[in-house]
Amino acid sequence: MAEIKLKTPLTDQDVEKLEIGDRVLLTGVIYTGRDAAHKRLFDLIETGKELPVDIRGQVIYYVGPAPARPGKPIGSAGPTTSYRMDAFAPKLMELGLKGMIGKGNRGANVIEAMKKFKAVYFGATGGAGALLARSIRKAETVAYEDLGPEAIQRLEVEDFPVVVINDTKGNDLYVEGAKKYRKP
Amino acid sequence: MREIQAAEITKAVRDLCIDANCNLGEDVLAAYDRAIEKDESPVAREVLRELKENARIARDEQSPICQDTGIAVLFVEVGQDAHVVGGDLKTAIDEGVRRGYGEGYLRKSACNPFTRANTKDNTPAVIHFDIVPGDRIRIVVVPKGGGAENMSRVDMLSPSAGLEGIKEFVVKRIEASGSNPCPPTVVGVGIGGTFERSAILAKKALTRRIGERNADPELAGVETDVLSRINSLGIGPMGYGGNTTALDVFFEVEPCHIASLPVAVNVQCHAMRHKETIL
Repeated sequence: MAEIKLKTPLTDQDVEKLEIGDRVLLTGVIYTGRDAAHKRLFDLIETGKELPVDIRGQVIYYVGPAPARPGKPIGSAGPTTSYRMDAFAPKLMELGLKGMIGKGNRGANVIEAMKKFKAVYFGATGGAGALLARSIRKAETVAYEDLGPEAIQRLEVEDFPVVVINDTKGNDLYVEGAKKYRKP
Repeated sequence: MREIQAAEITKAVRDLCIDANCNLGEDVLAAYDRAIEKDESPVAREVLRELKENARIARDEQSPICQDTGIAVLFVEVGQDAHVVGGDLKTAIDEGVRRGYGEGYLRKSACNPFTRANTKDNTPAVIHFDIVPGDRIRIVVVPKGGGAENMSRVDMLSPSAGLEGIKEFVVKRIEASGSNPCPPTVVGVGIGGTFERSAILAKKALTRRIGERNADPELAGVETDVLSRINSLGIGPMGYGGNTTALDVFFEVEPCHIASLPVAVNVQCHAMRHKETIL
């Protein structure tokens, strides 16, 4: 199990070297986006309109943070369950998205798209929102403020800890991990 | 008749919402420690250590353990000799939720099911009232996150399925949930009553403390058996593989119709949050 430091935005070369189970520390800018924001992005794509952020090379973090206390950049900010974004993720990867951070299993269509468009799915520790918030230095809303916790925010992260769940070769840490420790 | 001020109820609910979301129970922390000792997977042990550290930070900073501070679910037992004055009980509770989630910097997750428009103050709360003897009011707050709640199911089994059918339904549900509900989970199982009663029993089961076995020795044995079967699935903490897929399993059982066998599985994430008070 390697520990790799990566800077965003990510390139094809960055993601192709990653393997399931690798611990990655991400530094740079990432964008938040969950259910309602994905729906809006998708509607823009469907109607041929421009997206509020250029997603080429970017990483989307599936998170709806808790409100920030005064003096803090953000409140608790752990991942939400990713499968709800499965309907939208392949299209975003086709447009250049390189990474997704969340928790929980992805559908076969998403895993296939990661192979095809060279992207990876990272897991962050679900429920460790207070801990993960410490790696977020700055947060600003860049779109859909009306969505409250579901607005798209631009986050500046430093050594944000994630694990590679699905790599660009179609491997799945959830499948391999459970296989290894399953008992009769 | 004993009088209880509505404002006192509001204050209690406010405090419980913040307390439950920021201060993880000692029983849960002790369960993490036992799992760190026992789990064969180094990745699993690392995740569990992160969860411990996360709980410590949350407590120190009084920030929520998890950003999903849940829908506010409450169990409220009202003594039949208690009289709420200065307002109505339900409004007082919702006001407590509103203040707790606002003043505690907790996330507001309640929304319109169709438009998805956020109600912005996490109300209305989901409140289960019960009338009990006495002149006091017992309030239990269970902030319930969406990820684990989404993995929950109710099924109306055929009575012929029996206890083995119930166990299989529970284990298969946890297996199908995989990494989604933030394992290691706590599994509430409600059996009996009717369709809706089984679900409420399953939720109520999640207000127990880790390690608190059913008073019925036979059911206590069923709980430990199902826990062991779930922990043989290999899913592990966060689904990365390991021997700690659930921290505990709680069964709550009531009589049901002669034609039915209602079974509900309510999944709770590793942040097993609940706090209570008696007024």
